[in-house]
Amino acid sequence: MSKPYLRPYQKPQKLSDYPLGTASEAGYLVTKNCGWRNERPIIMDECINCLQCYLYCPDGVIFKTKSGLDIDYDFCKGCGICEKICPKQAIKMEVE
Amino acid sequence: MTKAFLSGNEAFAEGVRLARPQVISIYPITPQTTVVERLSEMVENSSLKSELIHVESEHSALSCAIGASAMGARTFTATSSQGLLYMAECLHYASGGRFPIVMMNANRSTALPWNIYGDQRDSLSQLDCGWIQVYVEDAQESLDMALQGYHIAESPLVSTPVMVNLDGFVLTHTYETVEIPNQTDADRFLPPFQTKNKMSLDNPKNLAFSVGPDNNMEFKYLQHKAMLDSKRIIEETDKKFAEIFGRGYGGLTQGYRLEDADYILITLGSITGLCREVVDELRQNGEMVGLLKIRFLRPFPDEDLAAALGSVKAIGVLEKDISFGYEGTVYTNVNSVIAKNGLRLETYNFIAGLGGRDISRENIRAMFRHLQTGGQHVNFIGLGVSIDE
Repeated sequence: MSKPYLRPYQKPQKLSDYPLGTASEAGYLVTKNCGWRNERPIIMDECINCLQCYLYCPDGVIFKTKSGLDIDYDFCKGCGICEKICPKQAIKMEVE
Repeated sequence: MTKAFLSGNEAFAEGVRLARPQVISIYPITPQTTVVERLSEMVENSSLKSELIHVESEHSALSCAIGASAMGARTFTATSSQGLLYMAECLHYASGGRFPIVMMNANRSTALPWNIYGDQRDSLSQLDCGWIQVYVEDAQESLDMALQGYHIAESPLVSTPVMVNLDGFVLTHTYETVEIPNQTDADRFLPPFQTKNKMSLDNPKNLAFSVGPDNNMEFKYLQHKAMLDSKRIIEETDKKFAEIFGRGYGGLTQGYRLEDADYILITLGSITGLCREVVDELRQNGEMVGLLKIRFLRPFPDEDLAAALGSVKAIGVLEKDISFGYEGTVYTNVNSVIAKNGLRLETYNFIAGLGGRDISRENIRAMFRHLQTGGQHVNFIGLGVSIDE
């Protein structure tokens, strides 16, 4: 399954714009959720691409790219688990 | 069509069998137990092909039905009294999620004092939970409303769960001759359940999402609108039912000898039969009395009531309920119709049958006398002691 991405929010204009029940397409994200983060993880050059951070991230915000890994800061809460789990200390937390 | 001698619960189970629910979640509670016992037997002897799930509580029973309904399955569950109250949280989840579950509720007193006998305080205390509520009078109507319940709930305009209420013991456990439709006619009346409000492996969904202040009220308005729209669907369902099975119930309310009636008793559920007999007796004596059975309490039949009560002198609302500190809840609802329509008539409330107390023929005669002579507005009927101490 591909990673969900942030989409523009369309404010409903009429009642029929609302779904029948409280259900909609899985992973349909329209709002960022990172407001309480005060430190952001930075992946540094020492990264060996072992994917431990990718597996342990509780919010699934670390994703694979062609060259390695990247972090979706729209949803990262700054918990620091990736920094703790990294065997090469290749992730540092930077105060925002 | 066959005829059988069935209790209210057993008749309801036959109606559920004919509706072919794919999932039945059950947790037994007196006086509902025999309906789920019959359904278990039907599944065991293969007269009903359904996934029967014996869960560990009423909260789980309705949660299970919600989950199955979210996969597009026709679902059934049943409860009573404390079980219904234990479900209270899930009642709102089911209606807010717009899952057309049908549930039978055996109306029973609520603790404390603990009591297994019938009154209507359990379901009436849940009037605002967003479920359609219907109160049936006899075993035949029980069977028929199991079928009609699904037809109403699953209408795309409605998509709202239906609670069918049977008076505990006096209806759930008394036996009558009941006509059981054949499966072909039942299938003709009730097609398989189809909905877009479901998820699947091919179409994964986020279920039961949260909605903040910016959109929440619209979802609540949509629930309200669906309930108002269901009035028309309820009438149409009853007409279609009558065309196929040759009997109908008149939709939201059912009147009896309302023509020229000056004094009308409004009833709910199984006590209606005895009240009808008293109306006949008093009519023979020349008294201008009539009866109006409220079948659906949600949606509330305000137009029907306004039309029926236009030229009446006094009405009495007989209910097995008291909202402590005020009056019976049905009475409050009826009075609001009278106020909104500017009707000029006296209204009285007869609180009776709490905890299974018998309501006698003489009690009902006395109610009609009260309507004619006037007196206190809210009256407890059949108290065994004097309250003037």
